[in-house]
Amino acid sequence: MTALAALIRRDIRIALRVGGGALIGVLFFLTVVVLMPFAVGPDLALLSRLGPAILWLGALLASLLTLDRLFMADHEDGSLDLITMSRTPLELACAAKALAHWLAAGLPLIVATPVLGLLLNLDMAATGAVALTLLAGTPALTFTGMIGAALAVTLHRGGLLMAVLVLPLSIPVLIFGVAASQAAITGPLSFGAPFSILCALSLVSLIVGPFAAAASLKHGLD
Amino acid sequence: MRLSGQGLTCVRGGREVFSGLDFEAASGDVVAVVGRNGSGKTSLLRLIAGLLIPAGGRIVLDGGDAEMTLPEQCHYLGHRDALKPALSVAENLSFWADFLGGERCGAAESLATVGLDHATDLPAAFLSAGQRRRLSLARLLTVRRPVWLLDEPTNALDVAGQDLFGGLMRDHLARGGLIIAATHTALGIAARELRIGGMA
Repeated sequence: MTALAALIRRDIRIALRVGGGALIGVLFFLTVVVLMPFAVGPDLALLSRLGPAILWLGALLASLLTLDRLFMADHEDGSLDLITMSRTPLELACAAKALAHWLAAGLPLIVATPVLGLLLNLDMAATGAVALTLLAGTPALTFTGMIGAALAVTLHRGGLLMAVLVLPLSIPVLIFGVAASQAAITGPLSFGAPFSILCALSLVSLIVGPFAAAASLKHGLD
Repeated sequence: MRLSGQGLTCVRGGREVFSGLDFEAASGDVVAVVGRNGSGKTSLLRLIAGLLIPAGGRIVLDGGDAEMTLPEQCHYLGHRDALKPALSVAENLSFWADFLGGERCGAAESLATVGLDHATDLPAAFLSAGQRRRLSLARLLTVRRPVWLLDEPTNALDVAGQDLFGGLMRDHLARGGLIIAATHTALGIAARELRIGGMA
């Protein structure tokens, strides 16, 4: 337990320091969302209709932005070797790293959502609904993205490959995330059904992600 | 405690690096793995550390902690120092001490031993290559493990650093540890040579 807590503490500390990814992700999220009204035009009704989708896309891209460094940084400086050798099962270490990444990079996006909702002409209830779906759905993005991050280390290719691998896996999360937000705002579907599926996706990825990532890292031992 | 390998074969990238390699080391032994570049010195260390899977043969540790695997009883000091530039010297060391767990002695004393006690709050990004190596050595001192696998350990160390390192190795051996080091230069300590990949 101490080992995992130490790993989480270290990763959060690095992410929040200068050069870490946490702030960059939020700034990127902000930039994408601010750009949208300029592209779509000043139609307020249209903006509020597109709002949830824009926020979700922004959050998806922002969480991908820093995810490719999840294992790459540890691989490059040799930390991954020591983590692999240690007593802590690699699956648990992967889960701890993903959790730290979500706390440092995913949670700030959710905190920023109410501010960005204003820019997209979303009322309080709609912003709350989007923030809630993001809270339920972003863990799925991080934990499936982790598989891509592990593959990127194994294949010695970073960045773009990871986006190509991970984005298709994120489609279900995106569909049900936006569907749940829309249901809460305009109806007529119930909020509960898509939201439950979104939670289920997150729970499944919490289990599958660490095992798949650890398997990929073990296979790529070199 | 006795660490031995029998008939080890290592294949990397479809090429056989070495085959049929035997070695043996007991408590208090230093084995210097020598050979030309590309002969597989690092590969041998990584095989022992469990970071590569042997294509043939086996590695056995007799008399170690039965509850732990061989890699869990090894310290691997590779080319890369496993340090995070954003964290301070003390944070880097205390992370590894907490993460690796097990028997340990004080981080502050280890830093004093390797001569970094004046820089505990300095981010690791500002350390020189030699200081980074000294900080990695502090990890070996803080977390006690019987087997040290060292890859070019004296690289980047100055003369005083090499003397210091020689002393640290002697202390480790006196505690019943064993050392396997891949090296091109003299280690500053009496060592048995294990030559791989033919004559240099």
